[in-house]
Amino acid sequence: MKYISIQLLIPLLAVSLCCGADWPQFRGPLTNNVSLADAPPGKVDQGSIAWTADLEGRGASGPIVVGDKVFLTSTTGFKQDQLHVLCFDLKSGKQLWDRQFWATGRTQCHNKMCVATPTPASDGQRVFATFSSNDVVCLDLDGNLLWVRGLSHDYPNASNSLGMASSPIVVGETLIVPVENDDDSFTTGLDVKTGIARWKIQRPRVANWTSPAILKASPEAEPLVLLQSSEGVDAIYPQTGETAWQYEDGAGRIPSTTVGENTLFVPSNGLTALTPGSSSEPPKVLWSEQKLSPATASPLVYQKKVFTVNRAGVLTCASPQTGEVIWRLRLKGPFSATPIAAANHLYLISEKGLLQVVQLGEEQGEVTGEVDLKETILATPAIADDSLFLRSDQHLWKISSR
Amino acid sequence: MQRSRFLYCLLFLSLALTTVKADDVEQQIKQIKQVQKEGQGNQAASQAVQQLSQADAAALIPILNSFAEANPLAVNWLCGAFEAVASNAIEQKQLPVDKLEAFVLDKSKHPRARRLAYETLIKVDPEATDRIIPGMINDASVTLRRDAVQRLIDEAKSLEKAGKKDEAKQIYQQALSGATDDDQVKAIVKPLRALGEKIDLQKHFGFLSNWKIIGPFDNTGRKGYDTAYAPEEQLDFAAAVEGKDGMVSWKSVNTEDDYGIFDIAKEISPYKEAVMYCAADFYSPDEQSLEIRLGTPNAWKIWVNGKLLFARNEYHRGMVMDQYSVPVTFKPGKNIILLKLCQNEQTESWAQRYQFQLRIARPSGTGVLSEKPEATTQLSR
Repeated sequence: MKYISIQLLIPLLAVSLCCGADWPQFRGPLTNNVSLADAPPGKVDQGSIAWTADLEGRGASGPIVVGDKVFLTSTTGFKQDQLHVLCFDLKSGKQLWDRQFWATGRTQCHNKMCVATPTPASDGQRVFATFSSNDVVCLDLDGNLLWVRGLSHDYPNASNSLGMASSPIVVGETLIVPVENDDDSFTTGLDVKTGIARWKIQRPRVANWTSPAILKASPEAEPLVLLQSSEGVDAIYPQTGETAWQYEDGAGRIPSTTVGENTLFVPSNGLTALTPGSSSEPPKVLWSEQKLSPATASPLVYQKKVFTVNRAGVLTCASPQTGEVIWRLRLKGPFSATPIAAANHLYLISEKGLLQVVQLGEEQGEVTGEVDLKETILATPAIADDSLFLRSDQHLWKISSR
Repeated sequence: MQRSRFLYCLLFLSLALTTVKADDVEQQIKQIKQVQKEGQGNQAASQAVQQLSQADAAALIPILNSFAEANPLAVNWLCGAFEAVASNAIEQKQLPVDKLEAFVLDKSKHPRARRLAYETLIKVDPEATDRIIPGMINDASVTLRRDAVQRLIDEAKSLEKAGKKDEAKQIYQQALSGATDDDQVKAIVKPLRALGEKIDLQKHFGFLSNWKIIGPFDNTGRKGYDTAYAPEEQLDFAAAVEGKDGMVSWKSVNTEDDYGIFDIAKEISPYKEAVMYCAADFYSPDEQSLEIRLGTPNAWKIWVNGKLLFARNEYHRGMVMDQYSVPVTFKPGKNIILLKLCQNEQTESWAQRYQFQLRIARPSGTGVLSEKPEATTQLSR
């Protein structure tokens, strides 16, 4: 058992080391909300704000961190049709550059979200920004444009009147961009160098705000991409878009599947734990538990526990093997941002802008600090440089130890 | 003598190099403008944009000029190059501010290029706003015009606060003449109406308010969306045809809603699993490229003069003004707009809306009225 755990840890460490302390995409290097390399402060207060940078317009996308730079997206204009990719210095918070593009697709959104809701992604050399208008922009780390795609321009019925929120991820040389909606619904794999599609697959015609996750079942295994929809979860090969296996018992359309302990935790029938399938064998359901049903925030697996946050703002810690609840902690919610974890702590930011840090214990969790940022925050934060990076419409903050 | 020759040679070389650079810029722009849908031309454009991004400040105006006749994808490639070059020029204090201001003021240029030039200019000369924006009240650039309208709203509010009602009214009216964004229109109309002004918002936005309507037809299992019922086959406003619950015929309806909303559920019946067809005339003085702007929470298809323009199979994801913008070319004289509107089976309270609003606008958002007053418009028989 121990051997298996170590075997599974090796690829995690390898990816972590390869990416340094970067937070290159939504939910981090492994799309599992966890930082293995950094230790943000365990105790925070208002004095923990290292710097604050001003932002304009709207943005619910999370920041990402590559090397000594923080990247972010936002939109300006009444119709949110001016799309921005922004870069800040990690140490000082100084804005290094701002590149602007025009939306070529629809920019209509529910008031709560906005056109800059998908979190950008990076392969360490390039930044890929997607927007609700389904425009995809690729820049180098210095802000030089490399390529542009307009997926709603190309496929005019690929849109959602409530807005698109799924974040892209990079696997190898492929940028996976979900464009799943009620009408022309698809996911495409774009060549990171040119933006040209390596593949494009039709997806269920139902609005979908979930984001893909990476599954690497063993050190030798080829990474798979997990695409969640109302129909379930499809594991696909990132280079071809071909399906490796499917889970077909339905799933949510807001919180996304998380992988941990070589198990998938799918927002399906409450929360469902699955062993990965294979080309010859479908995935096996380990357990389903309604009590663990996540609200907007995606589940988190950390230190051999699974965590979810419900609509009432209650953080639940459960056994990943059985789904049995271990402890609960009522927090000050509601939450849209997914909790993230590092150095034995969980970091949760409420929609009202209250950052709450929870120290993990075997029998309970304890809030060890709060920072009230006093602005609406929907974006999942990033962890890098032993710090947290959070954003609202108006500000980007770095939270560090003093 | 030898020294003069050397200087001439140097001058010649410098001119030759400038020409080569200008030629390079033109070539790179040409390459970028060849990008098409589905990434066609991306590989060559990617090389070109990286080279163009390294150009000096002299490339800025040619890049902005090249927005003309560039497709929306190419415009974004050009934006990327422009901003990289402009960013370097600002750093080296070489931004051609006079040329940029002249470009912003030249209304024959691409509206988005002008906005980009303006935003770049005010980074180094924030006072340019006061020189430029007041003249943009009826500009083709949506964003420049919006800024001009906002200045007038702010001015009118101050006058109103100071008790200068007549002057405030005049400024509000001026602001309304350029306002197309709903938030600004609301901010103008509310005080104007309080000051005793009568405002026809339907006319301001160009909403169609008189419609012929027929239905319901069957949409059980959402199959009606792809079923061509009689009005799709032949538009005969005198005919009675087989509907979902028996024979149905065309009826004239109209809406007095400020925003042209016609509520089928309220005004006719809260149908479920139904298809309704709505028709209206639009008279155009000559051939015009405009936009049909539709808002509806229901699935829809739209035809003009029998030609299908667009279709959207989405139910109950909200409804807002200008939710969809469909480009259209109207022929001179009468044009017939046919809208198919589908309601589904959902039982949730938020899924009962069965309504639409439709207006004709220029790409800038300004409403365009039918040449004939709608009240006297007669639908063809």
